[in-house]
Amino acid sequence: MNPVSAMNPIYRRRKRMNSLMMGVSTGALAFGLFWLIWIVVVLLWEGASALRPSLFAQMTPPPGGDGGLANAIYGSVLMAGAGTLIGTPVGILAGTYLAEFGGRGWLAPATRFINDVLLSAPSIVIGLFVYAIYVAQAKHFSGWAGAVALAIIVVPVVVRTTDDMLKLVPNSLREAAAALGAPSWKVVTMISYRAARAGIVTGVLLAIARITGETAPLLFTALNNQFWSSDMNRPMANLPVVIFQFAMSPYEDWQRLAWGGATLITLFVLGLNIAARALFRK
Amino acid sequence: MPASVMHAMPEKVAEPARAAKLRVRNLNFYYGSFHALKGVSLEIPENRVTAFIGPSGCGKSTLLRTFNRMFELYPEQRAEGEVLLGDENVLTSKQDVSLIRAKIGMVFQKPTPFPMSIYDNIAFGVRLFENLSRARMDERVEWALTKAALWKEAKDKLHQSGHSLSGGQQQRLCIARGVAVRPEILLLDEPCSALDPISTAKIEELITELKVDYTVVIVTHNMQQAARVSDYTAYMYLGELIEFGETNQIFLKPGKQETEDYITGRFG
Repeated sequence: MNPVSAMNPIYRRRKRMNSLMMGVSTGALAFGLFWLIWIVVVLLWEGASALRPSLFAQMTPPPGGDGGLANAIYGSVLMAGAGTLIGTPVGILAGTYLAEFGGRGWLAPATRFINDVLLSAPSIVIGLFVYAIYVAQAKHFSGWAGAVALAIIVVPVVVRTTDDMLKLVPNSLREAAAALGAPSWKVVTMISYRAARAGIVTGVLLAIARITGETAPLLFTALNNQFWSSDMNRPMANLPVVIFQFAMSPYEDWQRLAWGGATLITLFVLGLNIAARALFRK
Repeated sequence: MPASVMHAMPEKVAEPARAAKLRVRNLNFYYGSFHALKGVSLEIPENRVTAFIGPSGCGKSTLLRTFNRMFELYPEQRAEGEVLLGDENVLTSKQDVSLIRAKIGMVFQKPTPFPMSIYDNIAFGVRLFENLSRARMDERVEWALTKAALWKEAKDKLHQSGHSLSGGQQQRLCIARGVAVRPEILLLDEPCSALDPISTAKIEELITELKVDYTVVIVTHNMQQAARVSDYTAYMYLGELIEFGETNQIFLKPGKQETEDYITGRFG
């Protein structure tokens, strides 16, 4: 009998195995999507009613009062902005060292390992750390302390993506630039950065997305503020801590605001992720 | 000698011997503990095309990469011996390696356009050493693209990305980029191996024109190509220079049995 036939037992066994594995992985996909969609649906269902203009215009109210999240949104933007501005240059420079200058020494592999540890460090530990070295010394909570905690979360994310993206730049490109007589700093800034630009920017966007939802580090550093404040040296309102506080409260209007804040953060992070994907694909 | 190689040989009039542009003396090269070049000595004649041929791994690209100290980008690689440009040993020169590389240009196997416009691809190298006005830079870019036989195809898209060109055009862009900084020597490391026959023919024609102004060294796997474009040929095997001489002589009356075996395809 010709072995190449639909009746061949080896072939049939492979077909059976194939459909079995296909079924299992489709099931796993459905399981993951089920929870994700549930979360998003509940969030939009509960949060949609809170998404009103007053959410962006009014301050966080006392229980029973009418209000919005304006001060928390503003505080989040300030601290996430400052955290990104502090963390991004440090992260990009360190990532550049790892990918371009690390060479064969022990420093680059050691740094890479520690960075990976930091990348997966629980954010509450980072919050406590900044509390100990900053808040406890200054004897008050502040927006800057929050920004520093967020920067410490940004750094390892940006280091990792910068390192990875620069390593994707083919060495032939660096050789070609060096062969023209370009010194190595010029090869890095003019050639490697250009070639890896989309990937590095994507890493920064993902880092921003990561810190906008962080609660624990801010709880220990910026704490909260009922009022509109631009003073980064004083306690500062921010979305995650307000959500945490309001969602845990027994007051219904606070809970609705918490849903609104959660929806806002989710939509923002979604937007950032879409932007990052669009940019990276280009 | 097989007919195909015979056919590829152009009718060459023996040219008078030229002064040496690069003199290699007792060059040894190591990748870590691997001894890749063993006591290589030869002289690269000025304003001529010299080809390095030999089977894969014989050290011909390695030899080329010592001339502009390209190997220094990799800490485990080192060279010993002399590569003299004028009276100066390139390998031990106190001169900044950037200056040496600006004098000895290199084009690689795969086209490597930089992630920028065609214009900037060429201006990049020029700006490293010269501060030209916009108009002078425009002239230089046109001159280099003309030299590389790319001006006609590229003049209307100078500000488009270098990646918008075809593979053959990209390689000519890389040659233009190398020519634009006006080096004395041009090293070509298998410049046609990723290209189709038409692009290859264009680049070979280009190489013949370039030797008027430059000393050209080409590494190639293609023996017909070596026969067509070069004036001098070096045959290498297992890190040793087996035979070096005028291309006509190497291909028609090789002095050593090994060279003849390789050229006629009876190798191994």
